[in-house]
Amino acid sequence: MITIDSLTRRYGGFTAVDDVTFTARAGRVTGFLGPNGAGKSTTMRIMVGLTPPTSGTAEILGRRFAELPNPGREVGVLLDASAQHAGRTGREILTIAQRTMGLPKESVESTLARVSLTDEEADRRVRNYSLGMRQRLGIGTALIGEPEVLILDEPANGLDPAGIRWMRDLLRRFADDGGTVLLSSHLLHEIEVIADDLVVIGQGRIVAQGSKAELLAAAGTLVRTVDPAGLARALDHENITSVRNPDGALRTDADPALVGRIALEARIALTELRAADGAGLEEMFLELTAASQRETHLDHPEGAAA
Amino acid sequence: MSATTTPVEAVGSTRRTRSAPAPIPMTRLLDTELRKMFDTRAGFWLMGSIGIAAVIASVATMLFAPDSALTYESFSTAIGFPIAVILPMIAILSVTGEWSQRTGLTTFTLVPSRGRVIAAKLLCTLGIGIASMFVAMLIGAVGNVVGSAVNGVDTVWGLDATQLALIVLANVLGMLVGFMLGVLIRSSAGAIVGYFVYSFMLPTVFGLLWTFQDWFRDVHGWVDFNSASMVLFDDTPTGEQWAQLGVTGLIWLVIPTLIGLRLVMRSEVK
Repeated sequence: MITIDSLTRRYGGFTAVDDVTFTARAGRVTGFLGPNGAGKSTTMRIMVGLTPPTSGTAEILGRRFAELPNPGREVGVLLDASAQHAGRTGREILTIAQRTMGLPKESVESTLARVSLTDEEADRRVRNYSLGMRQRLGIGTALIGEPEVLILDEPANGLDPAGIRWMRDLLRRFADDGGTVLLSSHLLHEIEVIADDLVVIGQGRIVAQGSKAELLAAAGTLVRTVDPAGLARALDHENITSVRNPDGALRTDADPALVGRIALEARIALTELRAADGAGLEEMFLELTAASQRETHLDHPEGAAA
Repeated sequence: MSATTTPVEAVGSTRRTRSAPAPIPMTRLLDTELRKMFDTRAGFWLMGSIGIAAVIASVATMLFAPDSALTYESFSTAIGFPIAVILPMIAILSVTGEWSQRTGLTTFTLVPSRGRVIAAKLLCTLGIGIASMFVAMLIGAVGNVVGSAVNGVDTVWGLDATQLALIVLANVLGMLVGFMLGVLIRSSAGAIVGYFVYSFMLPTVFGLLWTFQDWFRDVHGWVDFNSASMVLFDDTPTGEQWAQLGVTGLIWLVIPTLIGLRLVMRSEVK
């Protein structure tokens, strides 16, 4: 389980990660979705102790990452498949991980088989690897310690369709076995097919989170008001949960008639009230992407890199 | 987070029960760090270059030195020069590789305690440095015996254990300088350039000051780390020279190393 609480990271005046709170649960695949530069990679780097947070905490299995006695045995991490020594062979990179974690020698061979790298490929130097092979090797490094938690940043990058299918099945099995999987992507459909839960981030802030079923549900109501916070409170009071779109509209599973009645009782004026059209998440995600593309992040170090 | 979020119902926990793994012992870090110094072609040949340089320097001394100069001191001086340049490079690259090759992303997630990783690197570098110096001395000794026999002169040693120990100390200081530049700059190219500035430009500047500024002559010994450590190659330092080595070492080695270590601990690894 991964627990992120009020995590914030600033670079000068730029807030790359802004008060992010979410939980990735055991037995589920949590998709961390957001356009490029939204703060996904920074959040993941903070989780594994590579970037210090400005404030807030990130805990994995109830502890800060730095407190894990042998992190590779508990958390498998792949942040960037290109960040491997070009002069080492794939087998050597796994051997270093195996020795650091104190694993039996055979785990290198079994991991190579698990990520479908042949003997010949394993003896090649990484500089001669395709991006897809680097991803497989990186996933191998993450898996070799038989961890309980996987943290993967854009693991599908560079994989061919068969490779994506392979990874999807692998992560599914890992979660079904009781493991926790957090994987990021900037592609909605990629996450949609694999994730149980979704956390959507844009410009450093979480804009939506919940189970995929809830977020993608066709049923529900879309409601606009000049006082969305007030309406959300009023709905919450009636035990109706709602999700706020970036444009200020609220979406909820409740029936439009019920939402209208609650708004009337709370004396909150509505500007729009209708049945949601189902593609809520996709719409919201497109808006997010468009918003971040309109803004230039040139003066921010994270704009392009994250 | 401003949005009201939908809670996800707790999933029936099927988490495997498992015991917490034992912490990573230092011996394992030493083992992997040592391995990482040899497991690329570049690393392997950098290490190999010590032996190669020692053999070439010995052969050259045998061939070109006049009979009177066929002493162990000549051999060790000839071998010592290339080694004094190679060892700091090994120290630099052992640290900067994690940043320049971006392997730090994996290294520091497998071992979050960066201090322990850096300590393991330092111990491996020093161990390799000292071991290679003994190998080089041995090659020099063989060269001396063979050289004097071939040229038909008596085998002259002319270096005692104290002097050898001081030479080892001087090389260790050189490696520590490389290590310091590694943690301070954390980029292979930058740190190597830094090393040449440090060991060739600074002495030139100090030399100019010494020549043209009278006041500088009085303080020179207390600010020039390079010349303070060079003494170790030639003589047994006097008490004052030891003190000068300590003071200049504090300024040019200890303090920058501490700053560098602080940067290593706090900086982002990307």
